[in-house]
Amino acid sequence: MFKIEKRPIPSAKWNWGAPVVAVLLTMVFGGALFAVLGVNPFLALEKIFYEPLFGEYAFYYRPQLMVKAAPLILIAIGLSLGFRAGIWNIGAEGQYIIGALCGAGLALALYPMELFILLPLMVIAGAIGGALWGLIPAFLKVRFGTNEILVSLMLVYVAEQLLASMALGLMKNPEGMGFPGSRNLQQYPSAHNAEIISGTGMHWGVVAALIAVIFAYIVLSRHMFGFSLRMSGMAPRAAKFAGVNPTRMVLICMAISGSLAGMAGLFEIAGPAGQVSIDFNVGYGFTAIIVAFLGRLNPIGILLAGVLMALTYIGGEITQSQMGLPLAAIQVFQGMLLFFLLAMDLLTNYRFRPTAKEAA
Amino acid sequence: MDLSSINPVLLLASLMVAATPLLFAALGELIVERAGVLNLGVEGMMITGAVAGFIIAVESGSPALGFLCAAIAGALLSLLFALLTQVFLANQVASGLALTLFGLGLSALLGRDYVGIKPPSTPKLDLGMLADIPFVGRVLFTHDMMVYLALALAVAIWFFLHRTRAGLILRAVGENHDAAHALGYKVVLIRFAAIAFGGACAGVGGAYLSLVRVPQWTEGMTAGIGWIALALVVFASWKPGRVILGAYLFGGVNVLQLNLQAAGAAIPVEYLAMSPYLVTILVLVIMSADRSRAPASLGRPFHASN
Amino acid sequence: MGTPLLTLSGLTKAYPGVVANDDVSFDIQQGEVHALLGENGAGKSTLVKMIYGLVSPDSGKMTLNGAPFVPASPNAARAAGVAMVFQHFSLFDALSVAENVALGMDNPPPQGELATKIRTVSDAYGLPLDPHRTVGDLSAGERQRVEIIRCLLQDPKLLIMDEPTSVLTPQEVEILFKTLRKLSAEGTAILYISHKLEEIRSLCDNATILRLGKKVATCIPAQKTAAELAEMMVGTSLKPPKRAADVSSSEVALHVSGLNLPPAQAFGTSLRDITLTLHKGEVLGIGGVAGNGQDELLAALSGERLCAAEQVRLNGKPVGNLGPTARRRLGLLAAPEERLGHAAVPDMSLTENALLTGVTRQALAKRGWINWAAAKGYAERIIHQFDVRTPGPHVAARALSGGNLQKFVIGREVLQAPHVLVVNQPTWGVDASAAAAIRQALLDLAAEGAAIVCISQDLDELMEISDRFAALNEGRLTQARPAAGLTIEEIGLMMGGAHGMEAAHV
Repeated sequence: MFKIEKRPIPSAKWNWGAPVVAVLLTMVFGGALFAVLGVNPFLALEKIFYEPLFGEYAFYYRPQLMVKAAPLILIAIGLSLGFRAGIWNIGAEGQYIIGALCGAGLALALYPMELFILLPLMVIAGAIGGALWGLIPAFLKVRFGTNEILVSLMLVYVAEQLLASMALGLMKNPEGMGFPGSRNLQQYPSAHNAEIISGTGMHWGVVAALIAVIFAYIVLSRHMFGFSLRMSGMAPRAAKFAGVNPTRMVLICMAISGSLAGMAGLFEIAGPAGQVSIDFNVGYGFTAIIVAFLGRLNPIGILLAGVLMALTYIGGEITQSQMGLPLAAIQVFQGMLLFFLLAMDLLTNYRFRPTAKEAA
Repeated sequence: MDLSSINPVLLLASLMVAATPLLFAALGELIVERAGVLNLGVEGMMITGAVAGFIIAVESGSPALGFLCAAIAGALLSLLFALLTQVFLANQVASGLALTLFGLGLSALLGRDYVGIKPPSTPKLDLGMLADIPFVGRVLFTHDMMVYLALALAVAIWFFLHRTRAGLILRAVGENHDAAHALGYKVVLIRFAAIAFGGACAGVGGAYLSLVRVPQWTEGMTAGIGWIALALVVFASWKPGRVILGAYLFGGVNVLQLNLQAAGAAIPVEYLAMSPYLVTILVLVIMSADRSRAPASLGRPFHASN
Repeated sequence: MGTPLLTLSGLTKAYPGVVANDDVSFDIQQGEVHALLGENGAGKSTLVKMIYGLVSPDSGKMTLNGAPFVPASPNAARAAGVAMVFQHFSLFDALSVAENVALGMDNPPPQGELATKIRTVSDAYGLPLDPHRTVGDLSAGERQRVEIIRCLLQDPKLLIMDEPTSVLTPQEVEILFKTLRKLSAEGTAILYISHKLEEIRSLCDNATILRLGKKVATCIPAQKTAAELAEMMVGTSLKPPKRAADVSSSEVALHVSGLNLPPAQAFGTSLRDITLTLHKGEVLGIGGVAGNGQDELLAALSGERLCAAEQVRLNGKPVGNLGPTARRRLGLLAAPEERLGHAAVPDMSLTENALLTGVTRQALAKRGWINWAAAKGYAERIIHQFDVRTPGPHVAARALSGGNLQKFVIGREVLQAPHVLVVNQPTWGVDASAAAAIRQALLDLAAEGAAIVCISQDLDELMEISDRFAALNEGRLTQARPAAGLTIEEIGLMMGGAHGMEAAHV
């Protein structure tokens, strides 16, 4: 028999080892799932994890990887700051939508004016929109003590309805011959979040994600704000004793994560997606939660986790088109990954010891 | 808009139907939270129950068997959460979210071949004379078994919590797990049981959606009802009687907005469709002023140090 | 004497890195009051957990009434006639007295019948209790009564009491002792755990002394002096802290007037009309039973709870509306009772924990950017000057023993040269040598002219270091009186006396 006991100091080795073990376990169990679905698991795993990076068509998939990873990383960085402070914003999907709507709305209102600072203005509008949407649960939490998890999540559904309303109403393309959806921003040069270097997938959202990673890393490790944030999550009473204002912490964290999600939405709608449409959002806001945890709420970890998760998306599309593996299987695969990760977390803070059995 | 097209009898009758899935899920979560565990995976367990119940009912032709298997499916999924949080000591919030994400994926995978099929219909309970009472009879006594079962469950849970020793122990574990452990109660075991019960209830609630309320299977069909159920537990201050009230209130809002949509109200459809979520937020704001009734150990991890 | 009620022979229990009990043997007779004496960490609680079935021994045997006794769980121990009154952690705040009692019994009668029984038994033993009240609303003394009644209803043969007097006023202690003597006369054996020597000398028939997990001796405490017992318990003789000549001046360092604060959480205490004046170089001791507003008073002084500016004045300057950081900058520092999670972040390193309160006065950050080298240096200075036993400043706070972490926490504040330092339970759960070092550090700080508020539930400690003494009772603070010459009787009355309790009807 084994006994679980708390380690005196969290294991640095397992802190990084746990995600690796979790990924390996997910491959084993995910492979089993693929086999049950009648797909060769080894081939499927190769197509998910190898082909997009090093396969024959990697030149096509690699830019895709960036395009998919950027919003995930950008959102996950924001979420991780909140999670570290014990503030559970799980409504990033809603903030993503509202950010996109605000930025796109600005562009559509100014259409067809060519303005070289339009895209930056849209980014700001998107960030503000996302931040305000995130501040609703924050304000209700500090003012009335409501649970931010539930409120931020309810606001996702509200945002989805708003998106539908905009796509079908106010923002509908007047020249769209009655089809739902707005004008395509890709055809509005000032508003288009185009690739910075053609064919690389590198758009401004990718740049923003990298900046966010670096910025978060520095703030968390070197600045009092990052320190206060970590304290708030680990020991709220001690943080208050140290002088952290919990109300301000909630507002700031939700504003930051909201604005990053809003920016991610804007970059997406002004770039890869192009238009306001009912099916604009594809769940990045939720997948980013997995990314944040998989990256151990650490900026560098999130960078890697974002790429990994983007890989499963692209790999999922490949396996779907080439092997007939249903897309939902990839969703299950991602869910499994989070499960194993949470379970393996145990190894960081606890250790197993054989219990003395000689008496029995 | 033509308000006269809304029939108050049908409205109230369908309110009871709309409230039933919420009632099941919220009552299950109430037991889980009373034991001191916050399982945010209700949405995932509901949708898994919805698809499992649907598949079994379609394949076997028996809705009853469908409901049973939905309960089992919900409970099995919840045991994953129990394993993570009670044995592996993982964060409850993160584990609950994981359960929801996993459940949404799993249900989509399982239900691929069942989209667009009609399930066998769940028979109405024959209450004879009662159904013939004007107005009241149509509203209250023309439903299937599950509607009444949900109400009976609320009463049973109240009785369990306040009149039985097992209920007292469950509340004690939720109040102070260290003290319960010191007195020799098996905290982890009790919580496993509570979590599994919550999962079973959520599963049945989900199956009620796919077998009766809608009735068909579509991906992501729970559309946040699991989350509303979580909010409902807060609204009810962890009291079973008030869960009924809350579920009927939400059911009412939902049925009313659907009726208004159908009647062609001047308000755009999307704004009507967001109303249940906005009402949930509003209710949370009103009810959260008094947090004192929350079980004191809610969401806190338990690890017996020796 | 006949067969002993309980015999322990060779009980051993090891945890990773520490042997909690090493070959402990002694007997308890029927009706005997047996003391288990030892410092924090001596292994007392592990030993009683083995008797109560919460922990199983690695080796060794127990017998109860001559038969082998191997309780697999507390239920089994209770069934065999062993009951236990815990120091912490065994009541449910939101439940009623009757429900709490029922939870501690294996076959409780229906609630109505139980309520009647609670009234009967509690009156018979002079521990009046209303079975329908919510436990969270009870005072510490009343809560203990719930625990005792819970045990008594099961007619135990052996009653274990873990530090029962730490939550009682001296008057309440007298009443408790009468109850215990009555029980013992009726044939119930009592295993009485404490580190308070005078209590043991007046109450107990025999005493077993534990040190570092080993039995040092079993003796008759009435035949030993308190000093002899202390020496057996600690291993060396401890000198009382040295006091410099009285340096307190007439200059006021801290003035609190008319401070009222509602409780911060359910079952908390409100502060009512707190007024106190603290002079430079003075130690003001604040006594009182747990839960009478100690945490709230510390929070109000540290700046965690805010009030009107003039209600708290530091060196004449109104600071009531300032938060902890601003108060620290002005020289008002604090060290809360709960080490893990309040005074320190358990999962953070000592360097980070040094930064936690040291950042302002030690200038460990510039425009918010942390100077980690300086923070580490500060942590090392605390470790060095306060003799904190740890491999280094990179170690997480939770890896330290209670005494070492407390030295770190107190050292962290003392080294910042405060004008006023507020401490709550500075030596709670700390071994004797660390406690002595901490008390000496506080006295040295006062000798340098700082003013100190020491909130504590340990009256011996307060009498040892205070210049003046006041007591908290239900959120009110008594007028401070010079500590020299105060009798235990007077102190007890300041703490609220017997709180309306009456002696057992013998």
